[in-house]
Amino acid sequence: MPLLEVRNLKTYYYTLSGVVKAVDGVSFTVERGETLGIAGESGSGKSTVAFSVMVMPPPPGRIVSGDIILDGENIVKMKESELRRKIRWKKISMVFQGAMNALNPVYTIGYQIAEPLILHGGYTKKEAEERVKELLEMVGLDPTIAKRYPHELSGGQKQRVVIAMALALEPPLVIADEPTTALDVVVQAQIMNLLKKLKWEKKISMIFISHDLAVIAEVADKIAVMYGGKIVEYGPADKVYTEPKHPYTRLLLKSIPRLRGPIEKLEYIPGVPPDLRNPPPGCRFHPRCPYRFDPCDKEEPPLIEVEKDHYVACWLYAKR
Amino acid sequence: MMEKVSEKSILAPDEVLKVENLKVWFPLKRGIGEALRGKPRRYVRAVDGISFTLKEKETFCLVGESGCGKTTTGKAIMRLVPITDGKVYVKVPKEIAEDLWVLGTDILPGNVVDLAQVPDRAIKPLRRVIQMVYQDPYASLNPRFTVRQILEEPLMIHGIALSREERLEIIAKILETVKLVPPEEFMERYPHQLSGGQRQRVAFARAIIVNPKITVADEPVSMLDVSIRAEILELMEELKERFGVTYIFITHDLAVARYICDRIAVMYLGKFVEIADARRLIENPLHPYTKALIAAIPEPDPENRKHYRNLRIKGEVPSAVNIPPGCRFHPRCVDFEERRKELSEYCPVKEPPLIEIEKDHYVACWLYAKK
Repeated sequence: MPLLEVRNLKTYYYTLSGVVKAVDGVSFTVERGETLGIAGESGSGKSTVAFSVMVMPPPPGRIVSGDIILDGENIVKMKESELRRKIRWKKISMVFQGAMNALNPVYTIGYQIAEPLILHGGYTKKEAEERVKELLEMVGLDPTIAKRYPHELSGGQKQRVVIAMALALEPPLVIADEPTTALDVVVQAQIMNLLKKLKWEKKISMIFISHDLAVIAEVADKIAVMYGGKIVEYGPADKVYTEPKHPYTRLLLKSIPRLRGPIEKLEYIPGVPPDLRNPPPGCRFHPRCPYRFDPCDKEEPPLIEVEKDHYVACWLYAKR
Repeated sequence: MMEKVSEKSILAPDEVLKVENLKVWFPLKRGIGEALRGKPRRYVRAVDGISFTLKEKETFCLVGESGCGKTTTGKAIMRLVPITDGKVYVKVPKEIAEDLWVLGTDILPGNVVDLAQVPDRAIKPLRRVIQMVYQDPYASLNPRFTVRQILEEPLMIHGIALSREERLEIIAKILETVKLVPPEEFMERYPHQLSGGQRQRVAFARAIIVNPKITVADEPVSMLDVSIRAEILELMEELKERFGVTYIFITHDLAVARYICDRIAVMYLGKFVEIADARRLIENPLHPYTKALIAAIPEPDPENRKHYRNLRIKGEVPSAVNIPPGCRFHPRCVDFEERRKELSEYCPVKEPPLIEIEKDHYVACWLYAKK
């Protein structure tokens, strides 16, 4: 049984100017000890997936339908109080985008890490203090940092603190939403090394979300590529990077500037992502797709298994 | 009047800009106690003595982590921050040189001016020579202006086109150049109606519309999704071909630099540690910091998930107020740590000179300098 199974998740935002179908029928699984990477441009719905898995879609969003089965238990229908008591922090935790701003400026680092320990983990103040030290060491920080305030730390240090908080109660699943986007390359590489270490030593499962497939390659065993609120390609990392099937994935990979090898002309994807209030008919990528043909603008492509565990939603591969 | 043909110009015919020992220091506030005790004023030494020359139609890259002074260098060349010390020679077209002279600027032989000596009142004509494109296209365009107003403003300020018809014609042409077509439609749009890539195109159009010789592009693609970065890089190439602009390209990403730049200068805490031809620098980096920067760049290869990245660098960038003595990189340098015995007389004590190791490949590191 997988640790997490998401089935046909739909999360819509009910705005004044219409219903935004940010996540529209997304399914995936995360096995124990596995890292799933979710890639996509801004506005593809990848962050909404993250918040939905925590069952806290940002307002005016609502989970419309679908199941989120964590350890055999469907958490979508759970009451808010139960989620808080049993799921968040203990079973799933999250490293937020822009962690630099996720810390409260008026509390010390130690206080902020201890808070979930005391409130959710039933630690006493003394025990919590000890645990904070352990956690800080685990993420490669000096334990004396516990007495400092967020403004005294650098961006990379704050990011490490936020990761330490997410791991405080040793949840089996951690969601990392663009955890390195605002950081310098060297610091980014240091943080990615830390995530690898935690993955290997603590055996945590992760959902790693980023717009950059190069960063995702650092940790992900399995990749889901999202476009316009749907998964267009889903499969093992070895397959998706070496034999990408969907035209979107291919273009995305070709648009990354490489450090080695010949300097080829970089590709880019002309046009803009779809307006999810009013998505294009058929395949949502068809207006930007260089390979579009007859059925693309009429019918939505099904998710087809092109080889074992490798799925793609594209008419090029569908037998009709 | 100002041209003395006989005297030799500071800049060679194919050079447009020459920076000599540029320093930009920002003073810190002193507490009253500190002042009374006569403690010297402290400075943030953002740019601490850099020199380089720009050739015409070249793309010169400044690469480094945040806080290394790369943006400050760009701003100093724009005269957006005061230049503490050093010279910035720039070649200006004749008619602008005349405007500058009228406003009290010394014109050196060959229509060259020293930016550090240009009086504040003469900065306006200078903007027609050097322009800048900023990192965040969501913040650099006025949200209450339409694209037409954004592009019309520089034309009016610099009196480039006096009639409205003329201005609209120029705007339409520039919009076509940056591929925002049809121009009539884009002219009346507001920035919020544009995507990130389209906004950055408007930002480039605004810079190019005054026909500058040099454009400082400060991280123009880092706020954009990977999928559209290449689009903006391609636009930059086209603008270079068409208008003969010389770019100073500021970035933290060496992989991007490799695609667009002719030469790369790696900056660390206000100084250059290595300068070379872009490809050579990436294929054969010499300075330990450059090596670390290269080792840190992620690549879309699933094999990378199976091992740690070997980063030969410790800790994080120190503050530019307390710059370490000697080589500023030595507290983070793994090479120094491993060969501490042999290097302890050099790295922590004396600043390494920037020396030419092979032709046009400069490095400032005691591993390579003759001691």
